[in-house]
Amino acid sequence: MGRTIIEKIIQAHSRDDAAAGRIVWMDLDVRSARDFGGPNVVKNFEQEYGGAAPADPRKTFFTFDLCAPACSLKYADNQQACRDFARKHGIEVFDVDRGVGTHVMIEEGLARPSGTVVGTDSHMNILGAVGCFGQGMGDVDIAFAFKTGRTWFEVPESVKVVLKGRPSAAAEAKDLTLFLCRELGTKKIALRSAEFYGEAVRNLALSGRITLCSMITEMAGIIGFIPENGPIVADGDAAYADFIELDIDGLPPQIAVPPSPNTVRPLADLRGTRIDSGFIGSCTNGRTEDFARAAEILKGHKVKKRVMLKIVPATRRVYEEMLERGILETLFQSGAIVVNPGCGGCAEGHVGLTGKGETQISTGNRNFPGKQGKGQTYLAGPAVVAASCVAGEIAGPEDL
Amino acid sequence: MDKDIRQGRAVVLLNEHGKIIEDIDTDQIFHNAHLHITDIAQMGPYAFGNLEGWKDFPKNCGEGDILIAGRNFGAGSSRQQAVDCFTALKVGAIFAPSFSAIYFRNAVNSGFPVLKIHDLEALIAGKGIVTDDVIRFDVRSGRAENVTRGTAFKIEPMSPVQHDIFVAGDLFKYGKRIK
Repeated sequence: MGRTIIEKIIQAHSRDDAAAGRIVWMDLDVRSARDFGGPNVVKNFEQEYGGAAPADPRKTFFTFDLCAPACSLKYADNQQACRDFARKHGIEVFDVDRGVGTHVMIEEGLARPSGTVVGTDSHMNILGAVGCFGQGMGDVDIAFAFKTGRTWFEVPESVKVVLKGRPSAAAEAKDLTLFLCRELGTKKIALRSAEFYGEAVRNLALSGRITLCSMITEMAGIIGFIPENGPIVADGDAAYADFIELDIDGLPPQIAVPPSPNTVRPLADLRGTRIDSGFIGSCTNGRTEDFARAAEILKGHKVKKRVMLKIVPATRRVYEEMLERGILETLFQSGAIVVNPGCGGCAEGHVGLTGKGETQISTGNRNFPGKQGKGQTYLAGPAVVAASCVAGEIAGPEDL
Repeated sequence: MDKDIRQGRAVVLLNEHGKIIEDIDTDQIFHNAHLHITDIAQMGPYAFGNLEGWKDFPKNCGEGDILIAGRNFGAGSSRQQAVDCFTALKVGAIFAPSFSAIYFRNAVNSGFPVLKIHDLEALIAGKGIVTDDVIRFDVRSGRAENVTRGTAFKIEPMSPVQHDIFVAGDLFKYGKRIK
């Protein structure tokens, strides 16, 4: 019997038979922790293993991205505890200047095709975008991984999702992703690996692949892969638990409305909804291409006076590209607030939260009640967020 | 007492319409504003701090309580605190038709009993489980009994790895055993 992509990757890291449904021991190429989860990993590690060294410090990393630089004493203490531990054991820290850990790992070549990477980030499966098995785990799991270099894992079944047709010219990777959040909900690929096929995904650049793969978590899936034009393919006779075909021909821009990323409607239904703030960034839409698209729309326009637009590049390299390509200047001239790279904007980090009564439109990946404060959050692609911030209400670029 | 057999008071997570709450995410269980907390003993008061209708849970829960929740419990983030806050409150177990993958692993690895329950909607609709009922269950066989009502129902037995970790206490203790 042939193997699906997830079976192939796990098999290459295990001496057990990595067929779907089996529980196997899997070697981990990279084990990491963030400033959230990281201090708990250190605490667990020291409690359980005392002064012992991690299995391989060269495969062990910290990535600080949640609260960067620390905006509270607690985070400052927590980050320092991780730095002290890292120094003691010779572990590299991608510190508060570097940005979103998963993106840094892609840029640094640590997340490789067919590799296995774990960390304290539930969007670690974003690494599916480069054909790598990334998985978010809690601090017990990661402390164990630091020490042993491996973990147990139930090999997931796979679902083949085929997208038919071509989205409208106005639709971005995010619109396709939100459409999938609606169609697949939290049941259809739950606890499974998804492989996406079809022209619409085949032609996605890395930034678009990242957008799609980043929201598999919101579909309750384990990970997503885009085999076509990607670095790893499934065997022709691989076994799938399900086969889903979706027609996306002419797909218009989509928006996730509160209370969840799976409650998605077309932009046309929401047009005119008043907004108070916008956010472009996150592991889902924090690449240079995302900001270039926003800048294209904001050029020659101003963010509406009563609206604030917060911009957070995913990484320092993205920030640099924005600087070199003049994107930063366009965003600045439009009145946007551009801050240093990281995960700000999605959780209580170094970029503001929403207040009671505030309505925000965001390129992030979650809008669960209370997640980013007491306000209401709508999720959309960079073009719609940029246009909405100029209009002061939910709008597409064609409305300006 | 056999570690596999447990007993506790059911707490059924219903919304204001009397429906079981599905897709409860980790920000509703343990909000990201409290992620800086690393001491398990301090996590209890924040359990369900962002879940409408259940914010008083830490004050009202008791040792050994069995939480009964809708499908996809623990969606969202990888935070261990969303499990540890229940450990801090000495909650006995969580039953749900399904859990998010990361949440389930986190619970398994810290030796906290999370168990899949079948036909939950029918059980609730038929008043087969109501808050305050006393439930006795066997994590190995999957047999569960509503002691208050004298009825029986099924939960999915722990997988071998989940059971091994549960018996050892947590993943660390289990890891030392298998070395």
